[in-house]
Amino acid sequence: MTNRIVFNVIQVLVVMTFAPLIKGVLNRLKENIQSKRGPSIFQPYRDIWKLFHKDEVISEQSSWIFRFTPYVVFVTPIFVALLIPVLTGYPLFFAFMGDMLGGGFILALGGFFATLAAVDTANPYGPMGASRTRMVGFLAEPVFMIVFFTVSFVAGSTIPYIVHKHWVTPLANFFEPSHVLLMLAFLMLIIAEGGRIPVDNPSGHFELAMIDESKGLEYSGRGAALMKWGGSMKFFVLLCIFLNVLVAPWGLAQGEALAEVLLAVPLVLLKIFLFVLLLVVIESSFAKLRLFRITEFLGAAFVTSVAAMITRLLEI
Amino acid sequence: MTEPHMALSVLTKLNSLSGGLFLLTAFGIIAMRQVLASLNLFVFQSILLAASACLLGFQHGSIHLFAVAGITLMTKSILIPFLLRRTLNQEVYARREISQVLNIPTSLLIAVALTIFAYFLSSPLLSGVVEPSVKFNLPIGMAGLLLGAYVVMVRREAVPQVIGILSMENGAFFASVSIAPDLPLIAELAAAFDVLIIAVVMGLLTRRIHERVGTTDVGRMTSLKEE
Repeated sequence: MTNRIVFNVIQVLVVMTFAPLIKGVLNRLKENIQSKRGPSIFQPYRDIWKLFHKDEVISEQSSWIFRFTPYVVFVTPIFVALLIPVLTGYPLFFAFMGDMLGGGFILALGGFFATLAAVDTANPYGPMGASRTRMVGFLAEPVFMIVFFTVSFVAGSTIPYIVHKHWVTPLANFFEPSHVLLMLAFLMLIIAEGGRIPVDNPSGHFELAMIDESKGLEYSGRGAALMKWGGSMKFFVLLCIFLNVLVAPWGLAQGEALAEVLLAVPLVLLKIFLFVLLLVVIESSFAKLRLFRITEFLGAAFVTSVAAMITRLLEI
Repeated sequence: MTEPHMALSVLTKLNSLSGGLFLLTAFGIIAMRQVLASLNLFVFQSILLAASACLLGFQHGSIHLFAVAGITLMTKSILIPFLLRRTLNQEVYARREISQVLNIPTSLLIAVALTIFAYFLSSPLLSGVVEPSVKFNLPIGMAGLLLGAYVVMVRREAVPQVIGILSMENGAFFASVSIAPDLPLIAELAAAFDVLIIAVVMGLLTRRIHERVGTTDVGRMTSLKEE
């Protein structure tokens, strides 16, 4: 029992430590592919460190929501990291607090508070970004629903630890059309939710074109650091859900030994790195969509997830 | 689980996978804005059809299905795209956006409804069937048929309509390779050449229309009057 609590804490620490690294690697590779040198992969750590040592400025007009939000944004991915398989293939101590839907709700709570805080200060760009994020969010919602519905339909459960075993026992299940289509739909969701390029440009500096970034414009100092760190943790957690639950449980620790769990850290990071390579290729080969074309992008994701469900119906 | 059974189940899964992707390409042909992109998706769809025919041929030990796969690859993924590009060069490459009757999200929702309709339409036919490949291929093929017909209806221009007709034909074949594994080769050959000739005739006709009217937006052609 103590083992499992310790592992759970290790899991959270891994998410906290390596989340900025993934962002750094992603940024570096994106610049490399454009034949530039790019920032160091440790740049996000330096940014967060620098921001923690700066003064914080808070508008007099803002309410408690504005001050409270960075903590919510920072804490929600940590809660989700307790629930999902990051390192181990078997459930840990807190894993039964919630299933995948629960994890989705907790992540949505962070997004909800970030939106409220963006509206709170009445900075003109904040509410604009917030309303756009909501637009992407409510278009992504039905896709999430169908994906989770199909997953529970196929695997007979919404507990991630049961789901991810199903895809590889037997290995033929990996090639199930519903599985492949689900992966595709969820990939599109990650792009939309993570604010990656066909939907949103994460490195853009033009406020009028921003979707996700403009929500955090008003934060400075510690608040900005927590928002940044929380954002990268949310991305990391989404990648973990995608790679460890929906793709396959390869590379996760199966035994209860500490060495095995620690060995899973580089393996999982390798898996994420491979996925980041794919993401970099996607981001470099597409242009950002116009705002009202996002409907089509997420409509395509919706159709893909429905196709996954229909093919599942045909197989029974 | 014994070894041959295992291999068989992998084959079935791969066949289902090509079916799922087939459905996805049918959706894609509806969702694409550019002529070239829908043509490429059609090529991909034909390759998936050939893959399914190969897998089923392997499963049934039927040489006919391999022939079907070969003919499909030759005509639909090489010859027809080549001919369309050749005869309708600027229509394929220069048109960036296809004009359509409905916008794309609406089209996609209708496509989903059509697919579910195809599923319910084929379920009474499948009530006594136990073979997994038939249970899978028939509804998908029927959905492909309906979605192709929908493309013909919703697109206003000639080249995408031709692609719609060709993808309807793909859907029909996708269903037929599972129902009739021993389809006589002559029927398949006849159908393949039929399709080829349809593509050529339509291509030339479209080209003539384009030369005379200056557009292939056939939706607006009703306003033309006889002299």
